[in-house]
Amino acid sequence: MNDATIFGLCAAVLVGLGVYGLIVNPQPLRKILAFNVVGSGVFLLLGAIARRGAGAGFGGDPVPQALLITGIVVAFSATALAVALLLRLHDATGSVTLSSDAPPPPAPAADVDAA
Amino acid sequence: MTTTPGGLLLVLSVLVPFVGVMAGFVLGGRNPQRIALLTLVAGLGIALAIADAYLRSGSALVYLLGGWAPPLGVALRADSLSVMMLVAIAVVICGIGVYACADFGTPEGRREARAPFSFWLLLLAVWGSLNLVFVSGDLFTLYVALELLTFAGVPLVCLDGRGETLRAALRYLLFALLGSVFYLLGAVLLFGACGTLDIPLLAARVRPEPVVWTAAALMTTGLLAKTALFPLHLWLPPAHAGAPAAASAVLSALVVKGSWFLVVRLWFDVLPGVVTFSAAQVLGGLGAVAIALFSVVALRQQRLKLLIAYSTLAQIGYLFLMFPLAFDIAAGHLVRGDAVTAGMLQAISHATAKAAMFMAAGSIYAALGHDRLAGMAGIARALPISMLALGLGGVALMGVLPSGAYLAKKLLMGAADGSGQWWWTWVLLAGGALTSSYVVLVIARAFRTPDEPVQLAKQVSRVAQSAALALSVCSVLLACAALGPLPASLIANPLAPKELMTLLITVGCGGALAWFFAARAADAHLSRQVARSVGGTFERSDAFLRRWPVAGISLLVVAGGFGWALVT
Repeated sequence: MNDATIFGLCAAVLVGLGVYGLIVNPQPLRKILAFNVVGSGVFLLLGAIARRGAGAGFGGDPVPQALLITGIVVAFSATALAVALLLRLHDATGSVTLSSDAPPPPAPAADVDAA
Repeated sequence: MTTTPGGLLLVLSVLVPFVGVMAGFVLGGRNPQRIALLTLVAGLGIALAIADAYLRSGSALVYLLGGWAPPLGVALRADSLSVMMLVAIAVVICGIGVYACADFGTPEGRREARAPFSFWLLLLAVWGSLNLVFVSGDLFTLYVALELLTFAGVPLVCLDGRGETLRAALRYLLFALLGSVFYLLGAVLLFGACGTLDIPLLAARVRPEPVVWTAAALMTTGLLAKTALFPLHLWLPPAHAGAPAAASAVLSALVVKGSWFLVVRLWFDVLPGVVTFSAAQVLGGLGAVAIALFSVVALRQQRLKLLIAYSTLAQIGYLFLMFPLAFDIAAGHLVRGDAVTAGMLQAISHATAKAAMFMAAGSIYAALGHDRLAGMAGIARALPISMLALGLGGVALMGVLPSGAYLAKKLLMGAADGSGQWWWTWVLLAGGALTSSYVVLVIARAFRTPDEPVQLAKQVSRVAQSAALALSVCSVLLACAALGPLPASLIANPLAPKELMTLLITVGCGGALAWFFAARAADAHLSRQVARSVGGTFERSDAFLRRWPVAGISLLVVAGGFGWALVT
């Protein structure tokens, strides 16, 4: 079993753990972390594919590495947007839950130009 | 493969909106609105120029980024589907832009206000991302475009900053991210199997094998989560409940079209030989259930905005009926024929009609101060332009002559007859009746004479209302496609007995369903109790499916279902 296969299996485990975490955890921050775990699994898979495609003296195929870097940037900006929304939700409601079962707090006046 | 003349226009169609976003962000103040309006005109011009270049050359426009050809480089490609969507989306965005000038103008005496500033920049960002979705030539650029579309669409939900809308936006973002990471995983698997992600090259190398089946199932499921097809629709109703009208129009009419277009690209251009008969039936089946379930839930809504949101969910089901009907059973793969044309017509007419309906509903909300259906008596006389826009939009969706949806329905029924899949004919007919039910409901409520004259809370700008009317007229005018590329025999004489009977039966069944299911005051009559319990069951199952763990498990079940359907 060469290293590309080991890392590929590792990636599969990460994806499985992340999807489980996304579905089971009710707290939004844990969902964001679980999304990052799934993303790490997918990028690890790309790395394994790069390693498997190595040739002509290179350590790995450069094209999947380029895709990998772009993917990391996209996932990072997705996480940043999600965390910003979460922080704003906490500021507005004082709690961080996605469920609307809790009795609504007194609604603040609609703010058009809050900083 | 080389860059064709006119290929540079493809780059401009993506670049101009994003340059507008950056310029608006840097200049600030009132400039985002001015820059956005200028960019709308420029972008519409670019879309029309692309259509002109495409018609003149007769083949797809290609642009090689950096001059490098695939598989090393990235190509932008515009074929007939792309060009149609580019022009249609440009028209819809211009309509929404004109409408939003009333709602999102910066107030006098303030240098800058957050909601207008954000809205105009996000509108341009959505437009740029959609153009990128339509012209991308490889799966990874499509992933980037899809993510851009999500990032631009999510903040539109929470423009007013209340806790409830922030919650809806976060729910939307998290579910959309789950969908896009499934899509990325599938794309990575395809790259590992075939060595390239460029669409024509991939289509040549793809074989029906387990890796490709897994990738296809994962990618399709991820895209369905972003398109809010049953049962992965949990984010759409809450997102619409609190969003401003222009934002709802963008979300329903445009953003979900991006991921739908990706499913079309994937199935027709990358996987036509891999997709099996059962997989196409599964996709169409999900669409059929969506139409049935969400039409009934729409009838039970108290608010006009939520009724239109649930009608969007039902119409999204319609968009997926083209897949089983495009399957050539003899050849064993998908063909680009009448069903694809029907799907395009359905998508474009839905985009225009739904945007018009949300805009009209927004005008009604602004004028009345509420959008409760029970309190809408007399609005037809008070706001005639908006009522006409709402009515025309609804009629256009119903599939009665003349409208784009009518042509689409005819083409789909012809395809169903031709391929022997008679069950889809019944689905189409039932769908027509269900769609007319909630349109009849809204029109009936609006035309009722009120007990006392309607008091308008404030005057709504005529320009805004006319923009909504213009878009719904576009939806109706799509029937003119029969004069051009489509055979004129599709439009039968509307007064011929068969056509008239079909129309009357459809509208009659719709009216009966509306009367049966619409929520009214408590009534001990047996039929009302049956209606309440049946309607309540539909509503409860929709609420059950919208719980996060259930939706997550549905995601896995749908992926597994596609995987199994692709193997058999």
